[in-house]
Order: sequence, then C-alpha cells, then structure tokens
Amino acid sequence: MCGIAGFFNISSDNSPGQNDLERMIYPVAHRGPDGYGFYVGNEAGLAHARLSIIDLEGGWQPIHNEDKSLWVIFNGEIFNYRELRKELEAKGHRFYTNSDTEVIVHLYEENREECLSRLNGQFAIALYDVREKALILARDRMGIRPLFYVQHEGLFYFASEIKSLFAANSSLPREMNLEVLREVFTLWMPGGTETIFKGVHQLEAGHWARISVNKGFVSKEYWDIPFGIGVSGEFHKEADYAEKLRELLIDSVRLRLRADVPVGAYLSGGLDSSTITSLIHHYTDNPLKTFSVTFSDRVYDEQAQQKEMVDFLATDHHVEHCTYEKIGESFPDVIWHTEMPILRTAPAPLYLLSSLVRKNHYKVVLTGEGADEILGGYDIFKEAKIRAFIKKDLTSSIRPMLLKRLYPYLALSPTKSAEFAKIFFNTDASIDDLFYAHMPRWKTTGGTSVFFAEKLKRANVHHVVDKLISRFSHKLVGLDYFSRAQYLEAKLLLGNYLLSSQGDRMAMAHSVEGRFPFLDHRLVEFACTIPPNMKMKVLNEKNILKKAMDNLLPKSIVKRKKQPYMAPDILSFFGGKEPEYLNYYLSPQMVKEAGFFNPRAVEQLLSKCRKKVRQGFRENMAFVGILSTQIVYEKFVKNFRIDMPNRLDNIKIIS
Amino acid sequence: MNQTISKIRSFIFENFLFDADESALGNNDSFLEQGIIDSTGILELVDWLEETFTIKVLDEELIPENLDSVTKLADFIGKKSC
Repeated sequence: MCGIAGFFNISSDNSPGQNDLERMIYPVAHRGPDGYGFYVGNEAGLAHARLSIIDLEGGWQPIHNEDKSLWVIFNGEIFNYRELRKELEAKGHRFYTNSDTEVIVHLYEENREECLSRLNGQFAIALYDVREKALILARDRMGIRPLFYVQHEGLFYFASEIKSLFAANSSLPREMNLEVLREVFTLWMPGGTETIFKGVHQLEAGHWARISVNKGFVSKEYWDIPFGIGVSGEFHKEADYAEKLRELLIDSVRLRLRADVPVGAYLSGGLDSSTITSLIHHYTDNPLKTFSVTFSDRVYDEQAQQKEMVDFLATDHHVEHCTYEKIGESFPDVIWHTEMPILRTAPAPLYLLSSLVRKNHYKVVLTGEGADEILGGYDIFKEAKIRAFIKKDLTSSIRPMLLKRLYPYLALSPTKSAEFAKIFFNTDASIDDLFYAHMPRWKTTGGTSVFFAEKLKRANVHHVVDKLISRFSHKLVGLDYFSRAQYLEAKLLLGNYLLSSQGDRMAMAHSVEGRFPFLDHRLVEFACTIPPNMKMKVLNEKNILKKAMDNLLPKSIVKRKKQPYMAPDILSFFGGKEPEYLNYYLSPQMVKEAGFFNPRAVEQLLSKCRKKVRQGFRENMAFVGILSTQIVYEKFVKNFRIDMPNRLDNIKIIS
Repeated sequence: MNQTISKIRSFIFENFLFDADESALGNNDSFLEQGIIDSTGILELVDWLEETFTIKVLDEELIPENLDSVTKLADFIGKKSC
C-alpha cells in the first residue's frame, strides 16, 4: 500500500523532472512512510511512497521488466500474485523481487491491458511503456484504491490524492466545481468521475486509460458489477447459495491475510465485520487483533455487540472511544484527507480508529464494507420494497404501517407517523422510474439548497439527474428496481464515498491499509446471481449471508436488526465544547468570500445549532456539508500549502 | 388566530427556511411536498408546539391533516387549546 504520483509529457516543451516528482510525492507521504522511489524517463516520471507489506526488503518501486522497457508504480495489493508468478515463471519470465508488484510488468508483457482481468486485488497502477511512449493507468474493479488526474499545458499529471496534483504545478487552477458541489448536496457524493475541483478527474473503477503522445487520453472499461446479466443463478435453494457464499468468503478472507506483516480486523458489532472476524478465527491461524469505535452517545454506540463478539472469539481487542469533542476537533484534518465536502461526520471516527491501529504497530486491517451493497443490506432497499408493496394497493390503510418498521434505531425517525412517511417516501412514485429507490433520499438532501447563495442556486440542478441518466441508464434499463438500487449504491455510495472519503482516505491518513473480503470480484459476481427475493427475504436483509454464517456467529448477532454505522453530526460540534475554528470557517466574511452559501442563512443555522434543539436530517446534512465545503475552500483553494523539507529523507531508488 | 399564524410563520422561517423571502411560504403550502420540512423536521416542529403552546401532541395526531401547513397547524393548535 502506498502513494503514487507522476506525469506524462504529451506536448510540453518544459518536461518536469526529479524535483517535480519529489514535490508531488511528499504530500502523500502518509500513504507510504517507509521510503520513496523515483524514475524519470523521456516522456514520463514516476514517484512512489512505500508502505512495506509484502517483500519488506526487496519490494521498492518503481519496478521494471527484464529489459527495463516497462516501469511500474503501484498502490495496493494483488492477492493472487503467487499463483500468477508461478504461471509467468513457467513461461520464462525472470523476477528480481518477491513482491506482488513485479507480476504486473510481466503479465502486461503477455496480455497488455487485458492482463487486468487476471488480477484479484485492490489497486491503482501506473505503467510506463518506454518503447511505445505510453503511460497506462488502471484502477481495481470496485474502486478501492484512488487515482486522480489532470491535464495542464500539454502535461498529464496523476496521483493517489489531489493534493499531489496541486503541488506539482503552482500554475494549475484550483477552482471548485459548482455542478459537482450541487451533486454532493443532492446525492451525498459526486455522481461521476469529476471531483470537486474543476478539471481534476478520477479514473473510474474497473477502467484503464492509455495516455500517449500520438493519441492523447483514451479510457476503457474492463469490468463492471454484472447486475442484469439475466441469469437467475445456478441454484434453486437458499441453502445452496449460502454454502457457496461461505466458501467464497473463506477463500477471499484467506487471500486477504497474505502479507509479511500481521493483519488485524475492524469490528463494528454488526453482521458484516462479525462475519469477517469469525471467518479469520475459524478458518485461518492468523492471531486475531480487533479494533472498534465506541461512542459516548448511546444512539450510535455498539459496544454491547462488540463485546459479545470479542468474548465469542477471544480476540485481542482495542477500542477508540469517540466523544463529541474528539470528532469535532479532528474534523478539519479529516477534510484535508477526504479532499471533498461530505454531509456526514462518519469518516471522522474511522480517522481516529486508524490512528489507534497504527499506534498498535499494525498496517493492515480487514473490514466489512461492500456486504450491504452486494448482498442487499441497506434500508433504502427495504424502503423501496415497502413503497412498492403499498403502491400495489393504495386503498389499504394497513400497508403504510409497514413504513414504521424502517429506521427503528434513529432517535428522530422519519417513520414515527405512517401518514407522514407515506408522503416522505412518495409512495405514489412509479417503480419503473430509473431511480425509484433513491428519489426520496435525493429529495430530502436537495432540501439543503435553502442555504445556497445565488451562484450555487444557479448551477444547473437538472444536470445532477441528467448526468446520472447519461452515465447509468444503459446499465439500469431492464433491471428490476431492487437490482437498480443495488447497482447505484455500489457505484455511488460505495465507490464515491464509503471506499474513498470514509475508506481509503481515513485509513491511509495514518498509513493503514484496509482490505475488503466482500469485494473480491468472484464474490461480487456470484452475489449478482442471487435472486433479489432471496437476498432480502420479505424484509429480512442479507438473508443469504445470515444463512451462510448461522453456525459461525452468536445467534443475537445474526438476528440483530441492522444498525448502519453512523456518527453524531451537528452534536459533534455543539454537544460538548464548541471547536474554536467554527468562528473562522463559518464567519460571514469567509462564507461570503467562498461564495457558495448565503451568509445570513448560515448564521441562523449556527445560532439554531447553539440552542441545542434536536434537528432533522436536512439541517444535520446541511451543517456538516457547509462546514466541510468551507474547509475544502480554505485548505485547497484559498490557502493551499505544503510545507516541504529541503531534502526528502529515505529515498531508496532513483532510476 | 392571526397571532398564532404569525408565531408559526416566524418559527418556520427561523428554523427551516432560514434567510428565505416571506413569499417562499404560503399559509396553505404543504411543508412536506414543498420540501420545507422533512419528516424528521416534523418531530422538531412537534417539540416546539408542545413547549410553546403547552399542549401534548399524541402519536395518533401526527398526521398531515394536523401539521402539514401553517393554516392546518393554527387550526390544530386552536382545537388543542380549547
């Protein structure tokens, strides 16, 4: 796991060099604190910051092939590298390290870009083909590892994080993209490959790109979540699906324990992380160290369930206890790492947790993300199912009562009144609407526009949904509403938020690598063949996973009503001591200067927060969203600064 | 009645519409349909009703007919207070 950065000269007379690479890699040193490596060629430059996990002595990057005509830097893991290496050696390839990185150059020699489909892993790759004068970039199937790029004055820059791009060249414009900001304040995250900064894009998950002097930038999808392949699966019985799922999960966990350093696990107390810790315990000899977040606010706390699992598996357990103040205090640092406005504080406790992992000298953790998306766990799926059921008989007065079964864990539940819930969830909507399941969420979130300044109000709101239609309609048409909702959650919530703002960025901030057994592509492909009515049986979420784990978990964990991981939002800033920085980021002058929000409305929201009344979804999202937008503006646009030492310590290779 | 209506309006503006113009809210506009209050905000509204008018809102009274516009709220408060 690491940080990567580099450039490719398409048509500039001023080619960057070693100094520029050092300036780019230093801002992501937190991703790879163990040392740097560089390569400068005719058209391209590659920089690497390393977190040593496999082949601790020999795995320094960039790594080359036999005749040094291919050079690669890589962030991530290829879990099946041992098998691939054997195969490649049998074909005559010679290896000079024991690292997983080296298989990439040899596999590329064999299959060019098609080699990506052979990799089981989580990766962002940059490979320079000296002979062809081309740079090849690639990202893993689900988008676990990040890769951003920007083109400027004939130069193509890429990096694991946006701060490296801005550090590369001070003439690069740093301007926020209003349309993407509107997307965030509707969808919770950007809807596509654009980032919050104009001109800065991320390479899409499951895609590669080839950048060359002759053809510029060409990108292609090599894999997508195979919903809608039209197969109902190879089995008829739930028990058969459950058995196959367990088999795949065990193998996925085993592969993800491959490392030359010890591997720990996150344990939230929910079904997914409990599944993973239990499989490690039962099927591997990895000594189990677990890490959990607890909250002083009991609404969010899952200590009791965590304790139950810790006792059940006898793990060596470590806890990060989160108070309102701790979340509030860490928030500006969290946003420096998300590089993106967010509407929830939920990443902050994970930022604190990765620090605890690091203090325990662990670099790698297994974690449960992805299960909800691929195995049907979210309330939004349940919500859609109930809405569709009500729609079938609008005269029934009993059916709407089912809505009251949603969100039992919320202090302020939108379903306390069934009649209000009916309007809230728009039970009249047609289930054929492409975004049927998501519309209520987007409408509520869109309500935050009451705080927008004119400039942001004018940013075309229709474009948010239009862009989603053009990006996704060919993938969604013909799917049932349940699979459509799953696909969108996997692409948007998982891809552009949970794995990035809440995942990679929070773990890597403290040099910790997250690994995701549920996102092994074999498992994702299999999950897509499970019929939706088995995934969520009536209203029982993740039914097949529960069946698969029935004998391997305490009954109470399997039977437990789902509680999604959340953290206190407004309360994190006002529930205890108010952070002093609020007066800076949210001052009327700063709000006016940034220009996104109405300073008077923000002031009124602030004074409402100070009254400590309980507030609904919309105000909570608005507050966290406004504050994080202001922090992004201040740290990346107004005062972007990297304090770089004169010389980088710990340079291992310059090629 | 007029006094109740202006009390309600100023609460709604201060807490849900923030700096919006007076014209942003008609007395018969549905809070939910217009996206002025979401259904979690309704509970915040109930907290305020109970405190300001010293009434108790029962669970079965949590229905749009009672709470979903300025006029409906004023009528509901009138009924509860007598």
